[in-house]
Amino acid sequence: MDEVGHLWWQAIEGTLVLFFAGGVIALVLGFIVGAMRVSPVPIARAVGTVYVNWIRNTPLTLVMFFFAFCIPILLGQRINAIMLATIALGVYTATYIAETIRSGVNTVPVGQAEAARALGLGFGQVMSLVILPQAFRSVVPPMMSVLIALLKNTTVAAGFSVLNLGSVTAYLSEHRTASADNIFQAMVTGENQLLTLLLIAVIFVVLVLLLAWLQRVLERKWKVER
Amino acid sequence: MSSVLYDVPGPRARLRNRVLGVVTILVVLALIGLTVWRLYATGQFTAQKWSIFGYTAIWMRILDGLWHTLSAFIVAGVGALILGFILAVGRLSDHAWIRVPVGWIVEILRAIPVLIFMMLMYYGLPTVGIKVTPYVAVVVALIAYNGSVLAEAIRAGVESLPRGQKEAGYAIGLRKNGVMRLILLPQAVRAMMPVIISQLVVALKDTALGFIITYPELLYVIKLLGTQIQYGSPLVPAAIVGGSIYVALCLLLSYVAYRVEKRMRRSPKAPHLDPGDGGDPTTATERIAVRRGLGKFDGRQA
Repeated sequence: MDEVGHLWWQAIEGTLVLFFAGGVIALVLGFIVGAMRVSPVPIARAVGTVYVNWIRNTPLTLVMFFFAFCIPILLGQRINAIMLATIALGVYTATYIAETIRSGVNTVPVGQAEAARALGLGFGQVMSLVILPQAFRSVVPPMMSVLIALLKNTTVAAGFSVLNLGSVTAYLSEHRTASADNIFQAMVTGENQLLTLLLIAVIFVVLVLLLAWLQRVLERKWKVER
Repeated sequence: MSSVLYDVPGPRARLRNRVLGVVTILVVLALIGLTVWRLYATGQFTAQKWSIFGYTAIWMRILDGLWHTLSAFIVAGVGALILGFILAVGRLSDHAWIRVPVGWIVEILRAIPVLIFMMLMYYGLPTVGIKVTPYVAVVVALIAYNGSVLAEAIRAGVESLPRGQKEAGYAIGLRKNGVMRLILLPQAVRAMMPVIISQLVVALKDTALGFIITYPELLYVIKLLGTQIQYGSPLVPAAIVGGSIYVALCLLLSYVAYRVEKRMRRSPKAPHLDPGDGGDPTTATERIAVRRGLGKFDGRQA
C-alpha cells in the first residue's frame, strides 16, 4: 500500500513537472513567436506563421512521437524521456500562446497607440505604458484556457513512457516493474483499472475546474469594456 | 500600413527591420542546416531507409491506417455536432432542472483529458464486464469531448446575438422552439462556423491518440513501419511521411475554416473590429472565441 501511495505521488509529480516546465517553455517560445507574428519584419512574420500553422496542424501525439523517437536518433544519444516530453509539450503549446498574444495585441484599438505616439512617447513607452497593460488584460483568460489544455495534454506523455497521472494505472498493475514497452499490455491485465482511471478522471476534473475558476476570477477582475 | 505596435517605419527603422530580417533568415537557415546535417549524419537519406516506401503493399497499409483515421474522424465529427447541439439547447433551457445538470455534464466532459476518457472506455470498462473495441473507445471519447466544446461554442454564438432577434421572434408569434430553431441557432452557427470547423480539426488531430490504445490508425501504422528492422528501422522517414499526411489533412480543413472566416469578414452583416497588426481585422467570431476560450484559440486538445 505504501508503495502504491509512493507511486501516486510520483505520478502527480510527473504531471506537475510536465505542466510547469512545459508551460515555461511554451510561454517563452510563444512570446517570441507571438512577437514575430506582429513584428514589422516580413520574414519574421512569415517564419512565425509557418511555425504556428504547421505545428498547430500536427497532432500532439505526433509531435511527441517525433521528440520521443526521432530526436534521440538524430542526436545519436539517449535523452531523458521526461525532458523530451516536456519540450514537445512546450513546442506544441507555444503555438497557442503565440496566437493568444497576437489576438490580445490586436484587441487594443489602433487609436490608443496613435494617441500615445502623438503625445511623443517612444516605442518602449508606447509598449510598456499603453499597449501591453491593455493587451495583458484581454490575454489572461484565453491564456488560462491554453494552460488548462496543457494540463490535460500532459497525459499524452503517458503514451511515451513518462510516468504521470495518465500512465499510473499501467504502473500500478505491474507493481512498478513495468518497462516502457509493456506498459499498455500491463493495463489489460490489471485488477481495478476502472477505479484507478475514474480517480484520475476526478483528479483532472478538480484541477481543471480549479483553473477555470481562477480564470473566471481573473477575467472579472481585469475585465475591459470596449 | 497602420499597426497598433509600430508607426510607418522611417529610414532608420527600415534599416533595423532589414537587419532583423537578415538575422531571422540566418537563424532559420542554421536550424534547417543543423537538421539536414543530423539527418545526413545519422544516415536518414540512405536508400535502404526509404526503400520501404517503394512497395505498393506498404502504401496500402498506410492507406488502411489513413482510412481508420478518417472513419473515426467522420463518425466522431458528426456525432460531436449532434451532441453539441443537444447540449447547447439543454444549456440554454429556461428550466433550471435541465440547464444545471447539462451545464455540469458539459463542464465535466470538457475537463477530462480525451486520452483518459479513451482509457476509461478501453481499459476500464472490461473490469465491469463491458468490452469495447479501440474504435468505439476513440469515437465515443472524441464525441464526448468535442461535443461539449461545440456546445459551448454554439451557446456563445447564441448569447452573442442581439436581444432584438429573440424578441422579434416572439413578437411575430413564434414559440420558444421556433425562435431557437428558426432564428437563433442558424445565426449562431453561422457566426461560430470558423470555430466549429477549427474544433473539427482538433477532433481530426485527436484521432492520433488512438495509437496509444492500439487503434490501428495512421500514427500506429507509422510506428509499425518505423520499426521494421529489415529496412533499417526507418523511424525518421516514416515520421516525416506520416507527419506530412497529417499536416496536409489538417491544413486542408483549417483552410476551409479560414475561407469561411474571410467570407464572413466581407459580409456586411458581420461587425468588424480594427485590424491590429495591419493584417486581417479581428472578427466578432474571433473576439467571442477569445473571450470564451473556445476553438481555435484554446489549444485544448486532449
